[in-house]
Amino acid sequence: MQYAHDPALLLARFQFAFTVGVHIIFPAFSIGLAAYLAVLEGLWLKTGRPVFLDLYRYWIKIFSIVFGMGVVSGLVMSYEFGTNWSIFSKKAGPITGVLLSYEVMTAFFMEAGFLGIMLFGMNKVGRKLHFAATCCVSVGTLISMTWILSSNSWMQTPRGYTIDPATGRFLPADWLAIIFNPSFPFRLVHMGLAAFLSVAFIVGATGAWHMLKARKEGKISTEPVRVMFSMAMWMAAIIAPIQILAGDAHGLNTLKYQPAKIAAMEGDWDSEGRAPELLFGIPNMKTEHTDYAVKVPLVGSLILTHSLDGKVPGMKDFPRDQRPPSPVIFFSFRIMVALGVLMALVGFWSLWLRRNSTLFTNPVFHRVALCMAPAGFIALLCGWITTEVGRQPWTVYGLLRTSDSVSPVALSSMAVSMTAFVAVYVLVFGSGMGILVRLLGRAPQEGEHNAIPADAPKILATHTHPNVIDSSSGKGA
Amino acid sequence: MMDFAYWLPIVWAVILIAAISIYVVLDGFDLGIGMLFALERHPDRRDVMVNTVAPVWDGNETWMVLGGAVLYGVFPGAYATLLPAFYLPIILMLLALIFRGVAFEFRVMTRGTAREGLWNTGFMLGSGIAAFCQGAILGGVVQGVKVVDGAFAGGALDWLTPFSIVCGLAVMCGYALLGATWLIWRTTGVLEASCRRWASRLAAGMFLAIVAVSLWTPLLHAPYLRRWTDWPNFLFVAPVPVLVGVLGLLFIMGLRRGHSKGPFLCALGWFFLCLSGLGITMWPYAVPPGLTLWDVSSPPSSQFFQLIGTAILLPIILTYTIYSYHVFRGKVTETDGYH
Repeated sequence: MQYAHDPALLLARFQFAFTVGVHIIFPAFSIGLAAYLAVLEGLWLKTGRPVFLDLYRYWIKIFSIVFGMGVVSGLVMSYEFGTNWSIFSKKAGPITGVLLSYEVMTAFFMEAGFLGIMLFGMNKVGRKLHFAATCCVSVGTLISMTWILSSNSWMQTPRGYTIDPATGRFLPADWLAIIFNPSFPFRLVHMGLAAFLSVAFIVGATGAWHMLKARKEGKISTEPVRVMFSMAMWMAAIIAPIQILAGDAHGLNTLKYQPAKIAAMEGDWDSEGRAPELLFGIPNMKTEHTDYAVKVPLVGSLILTHSLDGKVPGMKDFPRDQRPPSPVIFFSFRIMVALGVLMALVGFWSLWLRRNSTLFTNPVFHRVALCMAPAGFIALLCGWITTEVGRQPWTVYGLLRTSDSVSPVALSSMAVSMTAFVAVYVLVFGSGMGILVRLLGRAPQEGEHNAIPADAPKILATHTHPNVIDSSSGKGA
Repeated sequence: MMDFAYWLPIVWAVILIAAISIYVVLDGFDLGIGMLFALERHPDRRDVMVNTVAPVWDGNETWMVLGGAVLYGVFPGAYATLLPAFYLPIILMLLALIFRGVAFEFRVMTRGTAREGLWNTGFMLGSGIAAFCQGAILGGVVQGVKVVDGAFAGGALDWLTPFSIVCGLAVMCGYALLGATWLIWRTTGVLEASCRRWASRLAAGMFLAIVAVSLWTPLLHAPYLRRWTDWPNFLFVAPVPVLVGVLGLLFIMGLRRGHSKGPFLCALGWFFLCLSGLGITMWPYAVPPGLTLWDVSSPPSSQFFQLIGTAILLPIILTYTIYSYHVFRGKVTETDGYH
């Protein structure tokens, strides 16, 4: 057993958190965007309106970049369980490894197999088959999410297993109970909606940016821009409120199965009825007190139990070595909730403007929508931090400690690889973000170029920043 | 249950070897094309090279994810010892594959900018380093891993030996050969002619590498040697080296007579024989010299549940993978490609 403050363990955790934190953005982006592309292509086939094809061709360029980054960062994950958490892999592999294999076989191959046709095959297979390929990719992303969240939820609320007394391994006893463990349906809905919402706000911000730009240039924004903005705001108005309800239901589920996580999220130390909600505070794990607390009476009980005198847990209910680090998840949870509420407000505002027919002409709203571009993804990351850090100090909740899960890898190896990961990720994914921003900075055209990378240089050189071709380009090319 | 516990790991070992073989040949030619960037500098022809695999490389790499996932789910004991043992080369390989993977899109999206050169180089070096690491890891597994109480107990650089380095170089050479012969099949003109030249030299290198590794491997552990020399085993394994020679002759004929598919199929055959030889040598060890398949496998209930899904899904996967290759069949030229 290694100790919780062991530097190799901390590095293993930090490395895993860093790589999965970068990774999670891309599959979430792909889930939302693939569904959006399927809707766009379906609408194009149904209505024949070229605006949908223009938008499809605009967003598929983004998709190809995002999907590629998701694949390569995901490949790392499928091996990192073994490199960093070999004891966990050995003990839980009979369950989590099998779920991952099902994800590969039912989802990854389907996405990859039809992605080629989706990106390059429009002229080879015809419209209907191409639409089928787009749908397969979209369904693949959803199936993938389902398996990985089942596996993740099993680590949070393990069911359907026995423990082999000789080896300490988890043995599967009931696969349905494993897959449909108690937190899985809630996590699946919450994460799926988060992916849709994140992409809606990216699409909305892109539309807003081009409307602001057109306004500045004294032009009228084009139809594709207006259509994408309108579609994104519909999503915000519908999904954001549903997401708040889904989050609330997930919270109740967590209260039932992981009360220590709730206590740490809320910064509550003593279990009490008629509990206040802390708007702000700094939980101190040593003094067992939340400093500088700003409290709203009764609301804590109301939110968590849906009654004013409901009893909510406190961290003192649990031994010190079973408490998650409250200072982290107290804040990550609050940032997530605040952004969720903001997104819902933007959605309601859009309905109001739509009613007054000023959705496409209100520059203040467009600026707000632009600023909200990363809101979905930041909320998603904060939610993920809340649930994963809140699972600590366990990998398999209540059964296998993180400190007992780590690989026998030397600190020096960990340090070398950590440095390499940070350097490569900053370079690769930083460049990828740069390319995405540049692509999004170019307005969708009526009669958009075909979705092939070979056209990209033409697109980049003619329609975006002329300074793409800078003075140093001679050396590079 | 005893029977299940005995047979399931054997079935899974066959599936795993098949998945690894499929990965090696499919991503092998992708990575080979990346390495051939070192020999082909012309930007248009480089685009053709990339375009022959752009629609399929992602599916090809998925076989590696499957390999990792099967190891994790079915042979967790092997997953948990091999990955820490090969920590550094695995991380290096993954980072190299990141560069290679994003370069497909990035090198086009940054065309005409200072960054384009970076991603072309990343594509080339990423492919080469990934190939080397895969060979070195394979060699490292064959030469054995220090295991105490079912966990890796060696040092961070135990894998780095002359044998594993030779294996790494051999795989680089083999992948480049796969890449060159793939391009002979899928391209025309100047590029095809260049590939025919490269292929003959790479095949010579590959042949030497096969001979060297085949002679060296039995000397690593006594059971390896017995596997190839004991009577009557000898009768069953003797065809492997003979077939390597036969394929070599067919390869030379195919190349000389201007066959388009022949050289690629011969290179595939070589890889198949090498992997078969490897399987024969290592059987039944998952982590030589100490852990057998049965020592590292998950409980029969896990293996069985996964086997049901695999039996249904693998044929479906193969069907649409073949369909995808079928859609993008035929020669790729500079003018059409996927432009």
